[in-house]
Amino acid sequence: MISNETVKERVELPLGAETLSTSRIAYLEGLVHQARIAAAVFTQFTQEDVDRIVKPMVLAGLEHAQHLAQMAVEETRLGVMEDKVIKNMVASEFVYDYVKDKRTVGVIREIPERNLIEMVEPIGILFSLTPITNPTSTVLFKCIVAIKTRNAVIFSPHPKAWRCCAEAVRIMYEAAVKHGAPEGVFTCMESPTLPDNAYMMRHKSVGLIDATGGPGVVKAAYSSGKPALGVGPGNTPVYLEKSADLNAAIVDIIVSKTFDNGTICASEQTVVIDDEIYEPALKKFSDLGAHICDEKETQRLERTVIDPQTGFMQPMAVGQKAIDIARFAGLSVKAGTKLLIAPIQGVGREHPLSVEKLFPVLAVYRAKSVSEALKVCMDVNHAGGLGHTAVIFSRNDEVIRKFGDVINAGRIIVNSPGAIGALGAVYNDLVPTFSFGCGTGGGNSTTDNVNIYHYLNIKRVARRTQNHMWFRVPNQIYFNMNAVENLRQFPSQSTIIVTSPLLEQIGHVDIVRRHICSEARVHVQVIPDAEPEVQVIQQGVEALHFYKADQIIALGGGSVIDAAKIMKLKYECPEADLEELAAPFLDLRKRVVQYPTEKTNRARLIAISTTSGTGSEVTPFAVLMDKEHGRKVTLADYSLTPDVAIVDPQFVMSMPKGLTADTGIDCLTHALEAGVSNYASPYTDSSAMQAIRLVFKYLPIAYEHPGDEEARCMMHNAACIAAMAFSNASVGVNHALAHAFGARFGVAHGRANALMLPHVIAYNAAVPAKFMPSPYTQGYVANKKYATVADLLRLGGETVEQKVWNLIAATERLLDQLQFPRSIAELGIPRSDFEKAIPEMAAIAFADPSWRSNPRMPLMTELVELFWKAYEGRGAAKAAVAD
Amino acid sequence: MGTTPVVVNINEQRLVLALEQAAKQLDDGASDITVDFTSVRRMDASHVRRMEDLAHSEKGVKIVLRGVNVDVYKALKLLKLTNHFLFVS
Repeated sequence: MISNETVKERVELPLGAETLSTSRIAYLEGLVHQARIAAAVFTQFTQEDVDRIVKPMVLAGLEHAQHLAQMAVEETRLGVMEDKVIKNMVASEFVYDYVKDKRTVGVIREIPERNLIEMVEPIGILFSLTPITNPTSTVLFKCIVAIKTRNAVIFSPHPKAWRCCAEAVRIMYEAAVKHGAPEGVFTCMESPTLPDNAYMMRHKSVGLIDATGGPGVVKAAYSSGKPALGVGPGNTPVYLEKSADLNAAIVDIIVSKTFDNGTICASEQTVVIDDEIYEPALKKFSDLGAHICDEKETQRLERTVIDPQTGFMQPMAVGQKAIDIARFAGLSVKAGTKLLIAPIQGVGREHPLSVEKLFPVLAVYRAKSVSEALKVCMDVNHAGGLGHTAVIFSRNDEVIRKFGDVINAGRIIVNSPGAIGALGAVYNDLVPTFSFGCGTGGGNSTTDNVNIYHYLNIKRVARRTQNHMWFRVPNQIYFNMNAVENLRQFPSQSTIIVTSPLLEQIGHVDIVRRHICSEARVHVQVIPDAEPEVQVIQQGVEALHFYKADQIIALGGGSVIDAAKIMKLKYECPEADLEELAAPFLDLRKRVVQYPTEKTNRARLIAISTTSGTGSEVTPFAVLMDKEHGRKVTLADYSLTPDVAIVDPQFVMSMPKGLTADTGIDCLTHALEAGVSNYASPYTDSSAMQAIRLVFKYLPIAYEHPGDEEARCMMHNAACIAAMAFSNASVGVNHALAHAFGARFGVAHGRANALMLPHVIAYNAAVPAKFMPSPYTQGYVANKKYATVADLLRLGGETVEQKVWNLIAATERLLDQLQFPRSIAELGIPRSDFEKAIPEMAAIAFADPSWRSNPRMPLMTELVELFWKAYEGRGAAKAAVAD
Repeated sequence: MGTTPVVVNINEQRLVLALEQAAKQLDDGASDITVDFTSVRRMDASHVRRMEDLAHSEKGVKIVLRGVNVDVYKALKLLKLTNHFLFVS
């Protein structure tokens, strides 16, 4: 006995269900209980178990196809027995042909190139409503698909088709259980009523409602709050276009519209015929057994088969023969008339026959043009047929595509019968079905021909993907003293040297000029030694055009080389929109804005660096000053990387001490940040480690003994090597902080980096408050990588923590040797000014893309804390490690 | 009232009988009953019904199921029966 409490637990009683008696509820609960057990038992079955059951079911369906068809016609008084036999056979044989080799248990698909596996989970219990029009075929279809997918089904047939459906369920059930299916896997509700259906549709144990029927049934299914496949009415427009094979088209339409007396909801409803072939088409219809109604006959037909109140078809006409319908309407037609054809002048309530008619009455419309025909087809489509089916007969691909474009139908059937074409697998390669998804247009969740995959929950097992990485640097890098001599090998007719006033003044330009190939005309474009502004770039590009340059030599520090990179970009691709190209991105491979690849000019860019820090000669970055908006615009793309880099220490021998220290620490910061970056790879690690080693060894010497060629040479190489590392692994939070602080207080970039560096090492070495999502890294390794650096520098230490501290201490000693201030306070910035600036600096630092590759995701509060640590000065780093 | 712990070893072919035996032991007042599922690969509908009977026996005795494989466990889970048993490996 089912108590009221139990009922309340299982189902929120829907409207109407309260009329159910306790005994009826107990009966319904019994059905659910059986189905629950069957569904649970079914989960243990293998693919082989399932396939062993499906085949005998299909054979049983075929064996009983005629018997079931006979029963259906006798009980429903709809349709044609012979056609129903075909339907039953299609529902068995064709469906089996489609499902037999499909995997529906465990792994159903492997996509190795995407590291994905698709697996399935049965739904459990399906509550299935079946229609009066296709009763037994729908049951056969749903039973086969349900067993193939290890689901249990409770059927609720249309009351006027209950006996034949119950028989179909019995035949399927016996065949299934005999071959191993769980007991109770199918049940057929006895004398189903609307309250029964309402109760079942809300039952907690029902996983999916599969409702095939009229609009009321479908609406109830979708309104239940349960996942539902509600497949309801259509209104199939047909475009008979002038290029069509008329003979074939007319036969196809008659085959389809008369099949089972037009009961398939995908059957043709209104045929829109091009003016040029209208008369021949009607004649052909008539010759093949259709009766063409005149105006009065059409009116009589309308009154007979369409309910004037609702505008829908009269149920009494559904599935009846043309000749009987003609008799109801008082039309005089020839014996053997298959189809009644009624010309209409429009679509809508004023033209009653333009709606769905599940009987052999076909509306026809004469269209004066393709445009008119498409519009009328759209009108039919929108008059109750959205998402369902449409048909076109044409040999004009353009028209077919246009029809497909404007018509909203899940199935657009071309040059074949609509009803049987939509069923799939007979006239085309659509998936065989007896349930047509109608998409959102029809209030459905799918436009598919419903089949096995709609009876399954598909689970995607996504393995971690090893993303491709890269190591991209200039094609050629020449280094060591007098490397500039290599310029000679590059042919040029016209070369422009982009440089700064100082470098021209101290003779560096002359050195370069001497080594350019003799054929080249050489022009020197002197630009200010500051981050380039748009105007400077424009002037440079004009010069490149004027001299028809085929080679650009950038001689200078980061700003000059950056300017030359942008000039080259605008020279080669004048359409390039710098503002757009500077759009932010998270992953280089997925960025929204792509750099142009089509080039109108071509020029080789050779970068000769005159400082040992930025490494711009090998990086894919360029910074532009947008004075109008008071901001810096960073461009990043490997197409900006110079073609050739020349790392010749003769150009840095005269660098002043301060610049040597600032740029040297910038280089160290690049290497350390690239080393712990989430984008680090063995390729970038090798560069980063080597650069760090060179900086610790040679920077103090270059600083103390500026004329030491070896130290200068090694520092120049270190800057380039570190830049190769960070060009491919990026930098980190140190740069984000330094950018924000440097810009706010006018502190040189290298110096700003130096003030942050010990604190950032300590920060990254500690356990993050928030880990940074990164598909490139396995576990948190920043502290271990710092320890590796300490080992490389032979700093000693037993544990990772000790080694990290030794690295911080060594970094601080280096900064002391280079006479860097120990704190921001030492720069003379008042505490109150700094405090006031901190919120804005933290916000700017957080917006800075530099930290995106940082191993630890910086929280705003942590950025503030880091700024304060830098303000307070060194020694704070030791405390951080101790934390 | 008996207080003897009972262990019922079962195999798939005789699962119904074994579960009925377990139910009888409960009726006879066993304080603690362990049903060994190690050799049970799969349950059918009749087994499930016996399991439901055991689960709802209202004897106030926790029934221990030993060695239940994951497929059988999933079937019990779907039937919301797992809360009624203790599972040990």
